[in-house]
Amino acid sequence: MPEGCALVTGAARGIGAASARALAADGWPVAVNYREDAAGAKAVVAQIESEGGSAIEIQADVSDAAETEAMFAELSERFGPVLVLVNNAGVRADALAPQLSDEEWSRVISTNLSAAFRTTRRALGPMLRARFGRIVNVASVVGPRAHAGQANYAASKAGLIGFTKTVAVEVARRGITVNAVAPGFIETKLTEGVDGWQDAVPARRAGTPDEVAACVRFLASPEAAYVTGATLTVDGGLSA
Amino acid sequence: MATAVSPSQVQEVLFKELEPMVNDTSAISREATFEDLDVDSLDLVELSQVIEDEFGILLEGEDVKDLKTVGEAIDLVVARAS
Repeated sequence: MPEGCALVTGAARGIGAASARALAADGWPVAVNYREDAAGAKAVVAQIESEGGSAIEIQADVSDAAETEAMFAELSERFGPVLVLVNNAGVRADALAPQLSDEEWSRVISTNLSAAFRTTRRALGPMLRARFGRIVNVASVVGPRAHAGQANYAASKAGLIGFTKTVAVEVARRGITVNAVAPGFIETKLTEGVDGWQDAVPARRAGTPDEVAACVRFLASPEAAYVTGATLTVDGGLSA
Repeated sequence: MATAVSPSQVQEVLFKELEPMVNDTSAISREATFEDLDVDSLDLVELSQVIEDEFGILLEGEDVKDLKTVGEAIDLVVARAS
């Protein structure tokens, strides 16, 4: 394993927390990024450490350029370069398009898409030098597939998939893979209050954060070295 | 944090980093163009990271895109460090 660490944004709970635990189980020192939920992030770190792994919690609002840069600088000092980057931080602000405010639009795009661009840009230089990198972007089935009331969320996730593919082809020859996972309905805080999906899912249940994290773990592994520019859908058959 | 550097220091680092990137290492010189050396934009990103790691100087996309020769890159790094 090359010397460096894994960074999971928005890792205080849900898919991010599960991904952090999964990467730590594979031996990566993990930076558990959070914006506000310090208690959640500390709990993730404590669980990782209780299982023999290495992790730190690190606060940064990834929609803020200065905070993101400060986070990378701190991680570089403590662990070396970020060689596995999981862009998981995401927010929702649902409303029908005619009623979406500029603020609701911008906030979702900024956290879900622009932040991933910023962290990726920052991580790629050291990955290029290391001739190794794994970037996994947590997209969504809402992007390729419409869901009324989520035009901003869908735009951010569809954009994230396009970004994933483009960066993947830019850096593939340097041993860096860039992929996305597209979760369907997963039992997390982000999907609380979302209705009308149950009959549409062939598996007739929501997925779990651990099931998505298993896919993140695979994409970050040496075994996935020939997988890049791909989107791995984790949705119980919803998109089939 | 940037440290003062000499042209020869920068040249030594850049020449060494260019060696695995080019087909003909004997073609590496201050006068060589990146195009002649077949050094592309991704290689330049990597060289920028080397500069940051070795000398603490951040070169962004705007800085790098107009560089034509190895000598221009050396001179840019020295200028930024001073």
